[in-house]
Amino acid sequence: MTNRPVLVGGILLAVLGSLGPFLWFVMTSFKSQIQVEAIPPTWWPDGNLGFYASALIEHRLFHYVRNSVIVAGATTIITLAVATPAAYALARLRPQGTAWLLGGLLCVAMFPPIVMAGPIWQILDSLGGLNTHWGLVLPYVSLTLPLAVWILTTFFQELPFELDEAARIDGCTAWQALSKVLLPLAAPGLFTTAILTFIYAWNEFFFALLILTDPEQQTLPVGIALFQGEFIMPWGEIAAASVIATLPLIIVVLLFQRGIINGLSFGAVKG
Amino acid sequence: MTPSTRDRTTAWFMIIPALTFVAVFSLYPAMDSFLLSLYSEFPGSERSFVGFGNYAELFRDPVAYQAFIVTLGFVLLSTILELILGTGSALVIHERFRGRGWVRAAVLIPWTIPTVVASQMWRFLLNDQYGAVNAVLFGDRVEAYVPWLADPWMAFGAIVLADVWKTSSFAGLLILAGLQVIPDETYDAARIDGATAWQRFRHITLPLLKPALLTALLFRTIDAFRVFDLVFVMTQGGPGDATQVIQFYGYKTLFTEGRVGYGTTISVTVFVVIAILSLFYVRTVGSKLLQQEPA
Repeated sequence: MTNRPVLVGGILLAVLGSLGPFLWFVMTSFKSQIQVEAIPPTWWPDGNLGFYASALIEHRLFHYVRNSVIVAGATTIITLAVATPAAYALARLRPQGTAWLLGGLLCVAMFPPIVMAGPIWQILDSLGGLNTHWGLVLPYVSLTLPLAVWILTTFFQELPFELDEAARIDGCTAWQALSKVLLPLAAPGLFTTAILTFIYAWNEFFFALLILTDPEQQTLPVGIALFQGEFIMPWGEIAAASVIATLPLIIVVLLFQRGIINGLSFGAVKG
Repeated sequence: MTPSTRDRTTAWFMIIPALTFVAVFSLYPAMDSFLLSLYSEFPGSERSFVGFGNYAELFRDPVAYQAFIVTLGFVLLSTILELILGTGSALVIHERFRGRGWVRAAVLIPWTIPTVVASQMWRFLLNDQYGAVNAVLFGDRVEAYVPWLADPWMAFGAIVLADVWKTSSFAGLLILAGLQVIPDETYDAARIDGATAWQRFRHITLPLLKPALLTALLFRTIDAFRVFDLVFVMTQGGPGDATQVIQFYGYKTLFTEGRVGYGTTISVTVFVVIAILSLFYVRTVGSKLLQQEPA
């Protein structure tokens, strides 16, 4: 496909198709109530910040943002802390059954959430974890671990084996080889995994809906899905809340597009 | 490097925390669901063992049947469209041009947006009065505006559209990874032999892209089976039961009606369908991956 006009057309289509619908929502968030309710719709906003003020203050969006930061942040930290040594062991020490474990993790990643939902609810109910942030973080860690272990394992495998062999000959234990030699080199992989885990936890809705019924504890997706107005659908506020929920992710994608693309395909189709 | 006994012990120490999480919050719940599905349990009633009675009921349940058909239609339609659009966008972002990084980021954005946000967005875009879709199609002819989400077929189309918009880029990325391993020389040789762009795509790109397409197909199929957020926000399964996918029906039975036994029966059935797909996946694509790792 070296045909110039075809390529330009393709680029335009891809960019417009991807961004166009969301841009409409972004513009809606800067409109006034009168503009939002205009029939036929008006295209250009006045540049009104009223919906942001109303979403943040009257609809207490700050609260949801804070809850999401706590849940997604804790999930990311714990998942990385648990997945990194496991991935190192699977990539480098390769105990018996490594292939089975990796295959098994891939299968677990395919589980439909609903098949785990009821029992997870019961476990958390008996532990007092319903309507708490840690009660949501625990299943999130479990749900993000398979992918994290896979990405990190492929990452560790690509680092030259001589590195930790040399460290081991110099008398390092496996833990020291991991923490002093491999971890600094695997930083890009860790970073990609962290981003993907964070995005998952930030966006997850199904378990958040089940586990957090108390509005005080709810995360952004639950807040946005259950957004209610008194008489009419508050579309302007929903649009403003959506922009706020999405902005951090868009910044991350703009900054780390390359790492995310490499991480997502996690060697699935290499070779 | 031959692992010593000490290394083997260390290895298991490193792996066990991860295994514990997965065992407690994924494996045990899945098995427990299977056990629960063998009992009949209503709110306010005693739990009683019914064996496969719930499964027998599921096979006679017209609502469940309808939900399976809707899910199947959703999976087929959205996956096919996502593969086609994903291939298209992968071909575009694989080319070398100035600003490619920005275009790649733009294509990635729908995938990053929370599904709940994408759902609210499409619900608003398809609004019968204030929606941009009506405005684009009919302009000032307000009397022609269509209440998309109120019509069974249109509502079904709407959740497919929203899913395709949101996840084509994921399929595209997997396909892009496949494109990147095709050597440029293959194309150069074909070009010298006078092959047209279409012939090069049809006879070089497509066959060599097969593993990547298969990976994307299975990932998307399995994920589409789990669709929930879109339906919850956009249609609540309606109008009628036109967009009631199986995971939403299971959710309602389990958590709204509190029918634990029957609800888990639905979820276990979804699980079995997906498990068969996953096995197929691991056998066709995954096993190759596991073999090529350095021993």
